[in-house]
Amino acid sequence: MNSDRRRAYWRANTSLIRNLLIVWGFVSLGCSILLVKPLNNIFIGKLPFGFWMAQQGSIYVFVILIFIYAVQMDKIDRKYKNRD
Amino acid sequence: MSVEAWTTLFVILSFIGYTYIGWRSRVRDSKGFFIADQGIPAIANGAATAADWMSAASFISMAGLISTLGYDGSIYLMGWTGGFVLLALLLAPYLRKFGKYTVPDFVGDRYYSNVARLVAVVAAIFISLTYVAGQMRGVGIVFSRFLQVDVETGVIIGMVIVGFFAVLGGMKGITWTQVAQYSVLIVAYLIPAFAIAWILTDNPIPQLAFTFSDIVPKLNQIQVDLGFSEYTQPFANKSMLDVLFITIALMVGTAGLPHVIVRFYTVPNPRAARYSAGWALLFIALLYTTAPSIASFARYNLIDSLHNKTIEEVQQLDWATKWKNTELLKYEDKNGNGRLELTPDEETSEVTIDRDIIVLSTPEVAQLSPLVIALVAAGGLAAALSTASGLLLVISSSIAHDVYYRLYNPQASESQRVMVGRIMVGFAIAIAGYFGMYPPGFVAQVVAFAFGLAAASFFPVILLGIFDKRTNREGAISGMIVGLTFTAFYIIGVKFYNMPTWFFDISPEGIGTVGMILNFIVTFVVSRLTPPPPLEIQEMVDMLRSPEDAPPALGDIGEEQLD
Repeated sequence: MNSDRRRAYWRANTSLIRNLLIVWGFVSLGCSILLVKPLNNIFIGKLPFGFWMAQQGSIYVFVILIFIYAVQMDKIDRKYKNRD
Repeated sequence: MSVEAWTTLFVILSFIGYTYIGWRSRVRDSKGFFIADQGIPAIANGAATAADWMSAASFISMAGLISTLGYDGSIYLMGWTGGFVLLALLLAPYLRKFGKYTVPDFVGDRYYSNVARLVAVVAAIFISLTYVAGQMRGVGIVFSRFLQVDVETGVIIGMVIVGFFAVLGGMKGITWTQVAQYSVLIVAYLIPAFAIAWILTDNPIPQLAFTFSDIVPKLNQIQVDLGFSEYTQPFANKSMLDVLFITIALMVGTAGLPHVIVRFYTVPNPRAARYSAGWALLFIALLYTTAPSIASFARYNLIDSLHNKTIEEVQQLDWATKWKNTELLKYEDKNGNGRLELTPDEETSEVTIDRDIIVLSTPEVAQLSPLVIALVAAGGLAAALSTASGLLLVISSSIAHDVYYRLYNPQASESQRVMVGRIMVGFAIAIAGYFGMYPPGFVAQVVAFAFGLAAASFFPVILLGIFDKRTNREGAISGMIVGLTFTAFYIIGVKFYNMPTWFFDISPEGIGTVGMILNFIVTFVVSRLTPPPPLEIQEMVDMLRSPEDAPPALGDIGEEQLD
């Protein structure tokens, strides 16, 4: 694999990671801690939304993020692998 | 049959199972002993990671902490699960690609320095010992209540069992017992949760019952009536800044825990490392989204069955009497009005409940059958034992592989290396057992320290090792030392020497975040002021980043030839 393709692969990889981490930070540190008070005025079921995000929602998002990462990396790997 | 009889039966049956698996996967060579021949399928590794990492603290203490802390308990939920995202995206695939045996191995090779390796070894042992102490305490609590033996005897039984499969099977034995232990612990956790949700709300799915039933609104009302703040009220016990710092410290710490990282060395390739992180978090999420439901149901139930009752009424509750014997539940009619009153003030409150008993007592409080109660005991033991075994292996491989083989005797034969590994497991068990009998603090709090220390030492050096080619030996060593020293100093100072929480009132649990930031800054600055890493190290980092599955050539060849 030449160095241009390797750099392109690494760029694709790091921008995927960056985008997923932005979502990660937004749901956990953002919605569940920094914005919890305003969000608690909205309700999901019988629970205040900020509280629900902190104790349920963010965990669901975390699981989904890792599987998105694994599947997307498979795609990126296929694109760059064994085609020199 | 009584609870005690069922418990004994379940404990014996599950222990026979673990021992059998440990015997079946016994190993001879060091690759099997330290990294299970790198042949563990992604989904099995996910289950093993979940069991490895969900400790006695997750199983026994967490719901109790959430139950008392309400919203503020979310730090544990988000902190301990959010870290897996960091681990999966930033560390696991690359470390698997590196393909060696331990975390200090990576640190030592990437930073071409035995000093760095040694600092990493010290950090790994320090973290693992802090953490394993909590596990053994968990074993003690379960045994003392359910088998009615004293804590010391319980700890010794646990030590013998863990010792057997860890000494015999090393990582391979541990992996497959952890898969079995995950099954036991998740079944044990979910069955009473389903039952309680069903009884209290007519909806058997705890996550849905938690969100859509009116238990939490009712609990909010009761809490306010008794003078507590609302259950869902944020920042009732901790400031927003503290919650933020603790959550980050737990997240980053999870990603830096050596016994979790090492699990990703056991899968066949980096792709499997990515998927196994996903499976691990999915398996963990099953328990972690259930815990807040149990926490609120248990709190509602406990207040409902103890508050404003007469002593005679409480004494008729079988579970209350049994827990009173362990002194984890205390009640006393202080003002002599004939009724027990639960208040926020510790001085006047007539009921004190140790947070560690919430999960263990919930099935009894809800009057579930003795069989379910016994199952929970077996689950708690599975959680404690699986984590303890993972930690013991980190301690033993840090000494046997990194110190003995890599530093002291590189000519050591296969059998010598495995032998030293086995001796070190035995040694580590003895220390862990001592901590179990004379615990330095209560379970979850001790574990939180290990996370802070992992956050402040490992995470930055591994992350920069992969993502910043310019980071060099001098930077990594000074960063780890500064991060570790600062965090340990603050925790020990505040915890044991009454030092004020002078850093913006951040509690010891959250200070790892500051230690981590210090580590990043020091590593970054020192690296830029000193010469860049040698060319072959830069090539090694390039290899870590490339999509090919082949492990980097550097160092690997020498080791294989020595074998």
